[in-house]
Amino acid sequence: MSTATSPNGTQPKQSFTSAASVYVNERTSLAGFVKELGRKAFPDHWSFLLGEVALFSFVVVLITGTFLTFFFQASMAEVHYDGSYVPLKGVEMSVAMASTLDISFDVRGGLFVRQMHHWAALLFIAGIGLHMLRIFFTGAFRKPRELNWVVGFVMFILAMGEGFTGYSLPDDLLSGNGLRIIDGMIKGMPLIGTWTSFLLFGGEFPGTAIVGRLYTLHILLLPALLVALVAIHLLYVVVHKHTQYAAPGKTQLNAVGPPILPTYAAKAGGFFFIVFGVLALIASFFTINPIWNYGPYDPSPVSAGTQPDWYIGFADGALRLIPPGWEFVWLDRTWSFNILVPLIVLGGFIVMVLIYPFIEAWVTGDKREHHIADRPRNNPTRTAIGAAGVTFYAGLWAAASSDILATHFSLTMEGVIHALQATVIVGPFIAYFIAKRVCIALQKKDREIVLHGFESGRIVKLPGGEFIEVHQPLDEYDRWKLVSYDSYQPLMLRPNARGKITVGQRVRAAVSRWFFEDRIAPVTRAELEAAHALHHAPAPAGELEAAQSSQH
Amino acid sequence: MNRSKRRTGRRHPLATVALLALGLVFTGGAYAAISSGTAAQAEAEPTSQQTIEEGKKLFQANCATCHGLEAQGTGTGPSLIGVGAASVDFQVGTGRMPMQMQGPQAQEKPVQFTDEQVKQLAYYVASLGPGPDIPEDHLVDGGGDAANGAELFRINCAMCHNVAGAGGALTEGKYAPPLTDVSGVHIYEAMVTGPQNMPVFNDLNISPEDKRDIITYLKYVQDNRSPGGFELGSLGPVAEGLFIWIFGLGAIVAITVWITAKSN
Repeated sequence: MSTATSPNGTQPKQSFTSAASVYVNERTSLAGFVKELGRKAFPDHWSFLLGEVALFSFVVVLITGTFLTFFFQASMAEVHYDGSYVPLKGVEMSVAMASTLDISFDVRGGLFVRQMHHWAALLFIAGIGLHMLRIFFTGAFRKPRELNWVVGFVMFILAMGEGFTGYSLPDDLLSGNGLRIIDGMIKGMPLIGTWTSFLLFGGEFPGTAIVGRLYTLHILLLPALLVALVAIHLLYVVVHKHTQYAAPGKTQLNAVGPPILPTYAAKAGGFFFIVFGVLALIASFFTINPIWNYGPYDPSPVSAGTQPDWYIGFADGALRLIPPGWEFVWLDRTWSFNILVPLIVLGGFIVMVLIYPFIEAWVTGDKREHHIADRPRNNPTRTAIGAAGVTFYAGLWAAASSDILATHFSLTMEGVIHALQATVIVGPFIAYFIAKRVCIALQKKDREIVLHGFESGRIVKLPGGEFIEVHQPLDEYDRWKLVSYDSYQPLMLRPNARGKITVGQRVRAAVSRWFFEDRIAPVTRAELEAAHALHHAPAPAGELEAAQSSQH
Repeated sequence: MNRSKRRTGRRHPLATVALLALGLVFTGGAYAAISSGTAAQAEAEPTSQQTIEEGKKLFQANCATCHGLEAQGTGTGPSLIGVGAASVDFQVGTGRMPMQMQGPQAQEKPVQFTDEQVKQLAYYVASLGPGPDIPEDHLVDGGGDAANGAELFRINCAMCHNVAGAGGALTEGKYAPPLTDVSGVHIYEAMVTGPQNMPVFNDLNISPEDKRDIITYLKYVQDNRSPGGFELGSLGPVAEGLFIWIFGLGAIVAITVWITAKSN
């Protein structure tokens, strides 16, 4: 940027903003960077803001969490509570619990910030979940974004770790029971279990070390990793550009939308304050984690209705769904398959979600870059797999509240458990078939609309006495959205260079057939022209245009 | 002229109303005096023959079908000899008895008898054999040590009734009911008699003073709203998770739709 000076040496009158920008730029050369970044386009769709919901909730978590660290003391030393909550007066508890109660009752604004921190954490992980579903169902994880999917998924796991360590810090009865379950799961692992548990807790559970250790993880290691991964995640978004939905003028080579500066930055900045405000409202009006009800941790009592926070629910539910009798003694050792099976199944599920982009890339054999997001219906098998995964997860998740379902719907606990066992095992298959059929039906409907127009609701009586409903053709802009998608065909099984068909290829061909044998191809130009020739020959052009304009 | 003439010959228009009100006050007052007198009499003399006779009549009309004419028990209902007045006062006083239907456990329903009738039934059953009595007022007034009560509640009661007394599930369709609006007397009676699937907490197990503390804690929870705002049923993380997904994320998604709808 050049500053013009008048011939007699006096500066022309400059606004403060421009003077300040010049001052900063002359010392940092940021202008080029701002110019480049500010002109990045960000496609506009509500579902593209879900990742921001997670990001902004995370910022709220960081701000409120910093406040909480001023007052929280991560010590398990025993004290007698002497704060203002009457039903706990004089009760023996750890310093961690007492300081959390002090934050709640004796620090000005402490309860509000504590509740906001917890609500924001729940919204953070819920936001990540919904964001991941959007990415999955629109195929936005395809090349070149596979690694960013992995980064995001690792953040999801880290966020759950953040949530669980934070939930355990107050050392209250509820979280202590949660830790006891974790301890039991660790001890259920053969060979290494007991050693690992003693290492983690610094001796026999609960010990006097765990809160301090979780605190270090919660405020140091996990947030540092998360912040670093958020940076990588966003850097990837800048490098790859954002995906967009198919529309005229949107191609694999561009990104169409308002530029980051000024429009998008203003919107996103405003959206941050909206998220902040919604969380502040929720924290003001709704209790979360009332540790004063739970009381200090003591290994003997367990409350009815003890559950983890929602994001750990699927793991708790998996434990609840295992039938009795899966634990036996063999070789003088106890083998806890009631714990090992859920660990293995959930571990497998998590790994499958993590590597799904690579599986799909291998099945399609597609090496192209994809910047146009799919409509979920246009990849029926992927959508059906997603529906099956969601059903599986939801069944496990619901099982974590099996007792609450039983009391609130006047059901027997056993009935609820058996129904959910069936949901988790059979439900994904049913969901798969239903979702796939629905997608294919929707594709057929799209095809029908492209070729023959949509039903206008206008009934016309022909001179011969016949009644017909007039179908109005789509305009070109709407049609583009319905016809521009990829449709893969099952891979052909071919011998390789050495004339052999390997086992790997056979597997790949079989999976590819499973993926793509039921397919509705997008309408081709020839089909479209043929259909139009059929319909439009008798219709006068003027009437058609009038019909189209009346529709808008 | 005409008007004034008419006035002189008639009563004031409000005279009828005043008379009616006066009559009602007298009748109502007399009734209240008599009925409170009888109530006081019934409570003052729990073992009076008249109370027991009234209780027996009520019992034979309402309870004998299942419990037998002499409360000796039948195939469909247990013997009530020795269950004590506390048991009857709890079961009938909370509407669990007479039972609405056979099921995993007797459910609460609107109370069928007046307080006086409940007491008559209770003292009739108490007269059949010794058992726990209805607790004295000072044990159920909520004037004990809430902190001790809370600790005892967490250790002895919370595994079924939930730490905040919100209730919980048991096996085979049985359940521990919420304690959010149960009176102190009924809580005490439940502890000493162990109704439905609840165990008995006798005086050696939890002393009367400790029971008083537990009631004090429950009254504290009943009378004091959560300091954090709406409790969401005191159900813990399930309610919180549902809330953030439906209302929290729901509101946020509605806002994202609104923000992007204004794009062009």
